Amino acid sequence: MSKGIRLAAGMAGLALLVAACGEKPKEETSGTTANSDYKACMVTDTGGIDDRSFNAASWAGIQAGIKQVGGEEKFIASSSENDYVPNITGLVKENCTLVVTVGGLMGEATTEAAGQNPNQQFAIVDSPTVEGQKIYGMQFNTAESSFLAGYLAAGMSKTGKVATFGGMAIPPVTIFMDGFWEGVQHYNKTKGKDVQVLGWDETKPKSGSMADHFNNQAKGKSITQNFIQQGADIIFPVAGGTGLGAAAAAKETNGKASVIWVDTDGCEFASQYCDVFLTSVLKDVKGAVENAVVNGSKGELTGGYLGDLENDGTGLAPFHQFDSKVPAELKTELEKIKTDIVDGKIEITSPSQPKG
Amino acid sequence: MSEQPTEKKAAPAGEKAPPGGLRRVLDEILQGSWLVTALAVVLALFFGAIMIIVSDEEVRGTFSYFFAAPGDALSASWTAVSEAYGALFRGAVWNPESSWNVATAIAPFSETLTEATPLLLGGLAIGLAFRSGLFNIGGQGQLIMGAICATLVGFTVQGPVVVAAVLAVLAGIAGGALYGALVGLLKARTGAHEVIVTIMLNYVAVSFLVWLITTDAVKNHERNEPLSKSVSEAAELPRLLSWLPEGGGSLRLHAGLLIAAAAVFFCWWLLNRSTLGFELRAVGANPTAARTAGMSVGRSQIMAMLISGGLMGIVGATQVLGTANANNALTPSIDAGLGFTAITVALLGRASPVGTVFAAILFGALQAGGRAMQASSGVSIEIVTVIQALIVLFVAAPPLVRGLFRLKGAGGSKAALASKGWNG
Repeated sequence: MSKGIRLAAGMAGLALLVAACGEKPKEETSGTTANSDYKACMVTDTGGIDDRSFNAASWAGIQAGIKQVGGEEKFIASSSENDYVPNITGLVKENCTLVVTVGGLMGEATTEAAGQNPNQQFAIVDSPTVEGQKIYGMQFNTAESSFLAGYLAAGMSKTGKVATFGGMAIPPVTIFMDGFWEGVQHYNKTKGKDVQVLGWDETKPKSGSMADHFNNQAKGKSITQNFIQQGADIIFPVAGGTGLGAAAAAKETNGKASVIWVDTDGCEFASQYCDVFLTSVLKDVKGAVENAVVNGSKGELTGGYLGDLENDGTGLAPFHQFDSKVPAELKTELEKIKTDIVDGKIEITSPSQPKG
Repeated sequence: MSEQPTEKKAAPAGEKAPPGGLRRVLDEILQGSWLVTALAVVLALFFGAIMIIVSDEEVRGTFSYFFAAPGDALSASWTAVSEAYGALFRGAVWNPESSWNVATAIAPFSETLTEATPLLLGGLAIGLAFRSGLFNIGGQGQLIMGAICATLVGFTVQGPVVVAAVLAVLAGIAGGALYGALVGLLKARTGAHEVIVTIMLNYVAVSFLVWLITTDAVKNHERNEPLSKSVSEAAELPRLLSWLPEGGGSLRLHAGLLIAAAAVFFCWWLLNRSTLGFELRAVGANPTAARTAGMSVGRSQIMAMLISGGLMGIVGATQVLGTANANNALTPSIDAGLGFTAITVALLGRASPVGTVFAAILFGALQAGGRAMQASSGVSIEIVTVIQALIVLFVAAPPLVRGLFRLKGAGGSKAALASKGWNG
């Protein structure tokens, strides 16, 4: 061992000793909360608690809900899909008042646990309410907000070409692409224009562009560069972390191409790319879970939750750095379309929409 | 206690093993003593305890004023560790706090055995390949192919329970076996190294699976998620303990355990009593000597990978037909990492069928108990993964363990050669 390492080790040891010489803190008497029996618990999917996506958003919702009504919060992480059933059962045994599960892949495991524990209240994100069981479903009709994004993209495109790609050809992904495509078609119809959508056509779902990965930035970048070469200047990636590659590709064009982010506000999630994010299609998982936690403390959760434009469960994020570039006229039109969708004057046809 | 060279009798040609770092490491592990294994478990739990203390914010806080009130830090550490390991025990073996009836009393052990079932089958698969001198890293791919075949048969065949389930399991075996035999064939014919081939074939299998579950013929049209159709109820492996009153329905132990038990007996018989098994071991110990003795090295390698892949295929079948996955269907990550955990189980079990039984039960208990530990005391499940890794690490470094516990042993000098890389 060299002298340098010895010295470093010695210093580290000394630092530890010094650190251990602190005063004993005063005993804190914790204030009893109004609702100390209430316990909201959550099982993550394999993405983990800090996935910066719906696990993190659900957990933030639980924390915010418990802050409001008092009680205890707890989560357990799943390291593989084999953990779903035992983890849910484990939380039931821990006397959780409300067990929140995350993601449709956990739907069947939640149903199984609810069958064995008929008095236990469950809530599930991204999956429907189950008839006859105490499972409160929370779903989001993101086709509505993606419709707005499509209209916005068509109005903002200088080249007359916009593009989208997905992570995988499954309804939770294609619902965004459908809405986006329909929004562009609506723009073409009302304005008599011919803006093209690369990468997706609702009527021909087989021919869509899919990255086949939700966490492969290189793939997202190459798909996006391809779109840009074909003349697209606004890209809508619906592929989780893969979408960061799209943002990187757009950034390299020095302002020629921009990106519409998905799920969370891109300027908060990936602030390094904020200057290429035209806007984001939001899905308010946090708010939905928070409400479920608050309502769950008052009694049984009945029915289910469907986030849409009307209740702000989904919508467009602020334009941030693009705010001055989006014409006021287009902003007014978007407001009008939003009301029309809420009132049912514009009908969205995507087959992937949740059925209430 | 003296060293018990379990492997000496089994491998007569072992003394003249061909050079090669990987082979030597394997030999070292496979010939280590059971005492070392037990001590490795103790050591791993000890380091796990340190990690529990370090990762607990409250306990860490008490160490900041250690010299002011050392009792605080010590008692907080003791509480954290004893609560965590107590929960681990209650989740894996026995829960004295549960209300007294048969179903709740055996629930923890039922969980342990449920978790141990795929690990046992997988451990046997990897162990068999080890004994034949092959390093099968392709468990993931073989498992996926087995799961795919089992699912395809499982949702197609509608029949009485026994017929449908048996056909689905057989399909799983066939899928894994053929995918494994492909590796053996490439190795025997072209000399391609099985480590490279199996890793590459893992990627192929994963991509094939992801593509397959989005095709119209296979995907579940009623669900939004990337899921295949579910297997028919008749093809599901029956639960073994659902007849118990008061909560028996929630016990997840399924008929996969019986298949695993049969597989243990089969592997023991194959390796110790059959001609083929003798050839496998001879080729594993020294291919040159085996060839001189008139054995077909290529054929043995193909057979070893065929059987190893078949056993992995059963793991795939139990993943979709058993109780691990409530959907009873294919998902993109249906393998749940079992192809790799199986390698550590096989190493811990010294690649012997009986040893693998104990290793699988130990890992199953850690898995089941780890979940309870996470649920009740908030200790991250990752700690269990680290404990499992440490056990294998200590088993792989017998001189370290012998040194720490001042045991006598012959392995010290040999292991020093172990870090030279592989050319096997």
